[in-house]
Amino acid sequence: MGVTSILFWSLSALALISAIMVLATKNPVHSVLWLIVVFFAISGHYILLNAQFLAIVNLIVYAGAIMVLFLFVIMLMNLNTATEPKKNLWMKLAGIISGGSLFLILISVVRSSVDMSQKSALVKDGNIGLIDTLGKVLFNEYTIPFEISSILFLSAMVGAVVIGKKN
Amino acid sequence: MPIQYYIALSVCLFCIGIVGVLTRRNVIIIFMCIELMLNSVNLLLVAFSKMYNAPAFAANPASTVGIDGQLFVFFIMVVAAAEVSVGLAIIVMMYRNTHSIDVNFLNRLKN
Repeated sequence: MGVTSILFWSLSALALISAIMVLATKNPVHSVLWLIVVFFAISGHYILLNAQFLAIVNLIVYAGAIMVLFLFVIMLMNLNTATEPKKNLWMKLAGIISGGSLFLILISVVRSSVDMSQKSALVKDGNIGLIDTLGKVLFNEYTIPFEISSILFLSAMVGAVVIGKKN
Repeated sequence: MPIQYYIALSVCLFCIGIVGVLTRRNVIIIFMCIELMLNSVNLLLVAFSKMYNAPAFAANPASTVGIDGQLFVFFIMVVAAAEVSVGLAIIVMMYRNTHSIDVNFLNRLKN
C-alpha cells in the first residue's frame, strides 16, 4: 500500500465524514464549515490526480468565495442558532430510503459495468492538469464558450443586484 | 487508482447531497447540498479525464487527450458561481418577505 493509496483513502474518508456532518449538524454555520472541509478534501483529490489548476481554482472559488458568501448570508439573517423546526420523522425516513436506494442502484450499475472494470485513473502523473496546457486549449478551442460564460457572469451580476434591491 | 473507486466516492457524495435536499428544511442547507452534488460531479469528471489520458500519456507524454473533462469542470465552476450569487439573492429577498427560511412556507407562489 503506497503513499498514493493512503492519501486516496484518507482524503475519501475525510470527504465522506465531513459530507455527513454537513447534514448532521443543526447549526448552519457549522454546516458551512464542514462543507469547506469537504471542498478541501476534494481539492486534495485534484492534487492527487495532478489537476493543479482545478485544485487551486476549487479552493479559491468554492472554499474562498462561495462559502464566504454563504456565511455572510447566514450571519446577515442571524441564523447562527439552531432554529430549524422539526421535520416529520417519516418524511426524514422516506428521504433517507430514497437516497439510499438511488445509491444502491448506482453502485450496482458501476459494479456490473464491463467497460469500467479494467480502467484506472492516472494519479500523480500526466500534464493535462497544468495551467499552460489547460490555457492553450481553453483559448484555442473553447474561446466562444469562454466568452459566453463571461456574458453569463454579467447577467448573473445584474440579476443579483436587481433581485436584491429593495423595491 | 482504479476508476471504480472514484465513481463510488462520487456516488456516495452525490447521494449524501440528495438525502440532504430531501430531509432538511433550511433552504440554505439545501442550497449547500446542491453545491456538494455539483462538486461530486466535478470530481468524477476530473477522474474520467485522467482515465482517458492514461493510455495516451503512456504513448506520447505531450498528448492532451481527455483535457475536455477538466475544461468542463472549469465551466461548471463558472456556472455554479453565477448560480450561487443569484440563488442567495433570491433567498435574502425571500427572507425579507417571509422572515423564515423554511421551505415548507414556500409551497405557493402567491403571497
